[in-house]
Amino acid sequence: MAQTQMLFAGFGGQGILFSGKFLAYDGLISDKQVSWLPSYGPEMRGGTASCSVVFSDELIGSPIVSEPDILVAMNLPSLDKYEDAVVPGGVIFVDSSLVERKVRRTDVTTYYIPATRLAAEQEMPTLANMILVGKLIRETGVIRTDNIDKIIDKIVSARHEALKELNKKAIAIGLQYE
Amino acid sequence: MADKVLMKGNEAIAEAAIKAGCRFYFGYPITPQTEIAAYMAKRMPKIGGTFLQAESEVAAVNMCIGVASTGKRVMTSSSSPGVSLKAEGISYMAGCDLPALIVNVQRGGPGLGGIQPSQSDYFQATKGGGHGDYHLFVVAPASVQEMVSLTAHAFDVAEKYRVPAMLLADGTLGQMMEPVVIDDITVEEHDKSWALTGTKGEREHNVINSLSMLPEELEQWNIDRYQRYAQIEKNEPMWEEYEMEDAEICVVAFGIASRVSRNAIKAAREKGIKVGMIRPITLWPFPKEALLASTEKAKAYVTVELNMGQMAEDVELATRCRRPVLSANRAGGCIPSPEQVLAQIEAANQLGGEQ
Repeated sequence: MAQTQMLFAGFGGQGILFSGKFLAYDGLISDKQVSWLPSYGPEMRGGTASCSVVFSDELIGSPIVSEPDILVAMNLPSLDKYEDAVVPGGVIFVDSSLVERKVRRTDVTTYYIPATRLAAEQEMPTLANMILVGKLIRETGVIRTDNIDKIIDKIVSARHEALKELNKKAIAIGLQYE
Repeated sequence: MADKVLMKGNEAIAEAAIKAGCRFYFGYPITPQTEIAAYMAKRMPKIGGTFLQAESEVAAVNMCIGVASTGKRVMTSSSSPGVSLKAEGISYMAGCDLPALIVNVQRGGPGLGGIQPSQSDYFQATKGGGHGDYHLFVVAPASVQEMVSLTAHAFDVAEKYRVPAMLLADGTLGQMMEPVVIDDITVEEHDKSWALTGTKGEREHNVINSLSMLPEELEQWNIDRYQRYAQIEKNEPMWEEYEMEDAEICVVAFGIASRVSRNAIKAAREKGIKVGMIRPITLWPFPKEALLASTEKAKAYVTVELNMGQMAEDVELATRCRRPVLSANRAGGCIPSPEQVLAQIEAANQLGGEQ
């Protein structure tokens, strides 16, 4: 059975849940089984947030990702907490503008993207998450690139037309990041 | 057929209730079910329904008693500590033979507890919670799609037998999103001749009341109610059997715990262990007959719960203690891992048959 378990983790306010939601919508469009599960404390901002997304060809058992195939760590506490949980052969994406240390595991593939810095340079400081999503799509092929615009149009409301373009731009930055 | 959409469990409950004809919602916010109230606040005014944020959980449940007395579909929702506050009103509903839907998206307890998912209100939901001899019809969804179908079903069963119903979910199911199809739901018509709709001078007054100072009369009300409960126990148990054809080990789990158990069962099957699952969909009535029948083949049971082992008691009763019952449980907002469940399946597999 083909199944991909993904975990996004960082501070509240970094768009952790939104990144997961973006990928989850691909499951809907592509008619895959998908689950999206947030986990966060009582705070709206600050605190820690994580988001489990599971893609599968068949009925999904637990929606809780405890052993991710793909981890996106947007801060140091998240990397510290989840690094060892990643399955051997898994992939870790690190926002290297916020996480100074390297991944210690040697049995996983690691990508470092200074997403927060790139986002700030492009004057879209709240979209570091989507730059990471772009990089994730580039390296894992977990969703088809021609679905990106469709998903953005679905999850960003029409009242925020400008945000649609910014989200697409942020993903494009990640897709092009070597 | 309606489109597939990605929806949170809480939102799916709210939309399903509306599709099932519910036009009255009374509630008070509490994590992790606040999306239900938020959704109702947005939708009800647009469809001529009533959304009212009451001053407290107690007020909300009593408003439900008022609407239910008129024979209209009504719902309230809360999470564990809030449901405790509603317990008095729920007992009154049962005593007045009123249909209504109470949703409990459980969090860890007792007391104020925490905000993480739990199933520790199993006793409260299935054994009473308020005072007096009564039962609720209790459904336990395990997916967002089931949150839709069971919300509608709970309204129907509640009206058919004139009992309050409870949808017992947990914080995980309430917060998670899955693709869901919300088809048009067919609303069954039930006898409402008992409802308080105004006599128009054409009939005797209907009386909705739980008070009687005559013990013999009150006893008779209880006996009549238990005859309806007997019908519910006969007609309405629901459960799902998963990989049970050749199962020697039977996992029993409901709601989110059954989802975790599926992973463990797959892993155990890969190790050659003949294990399956009976997933109660109704918690009251509990699927006793299915469990008793399973003792013909199963040599041991593993209950998986997000509490200290409450349903395990019902499993022991239903199987008449013929086989050992092991537990894989976590409490306080923690969720059993598939590995923990697998370890208990393996332990059960080591046990002999007769207890």
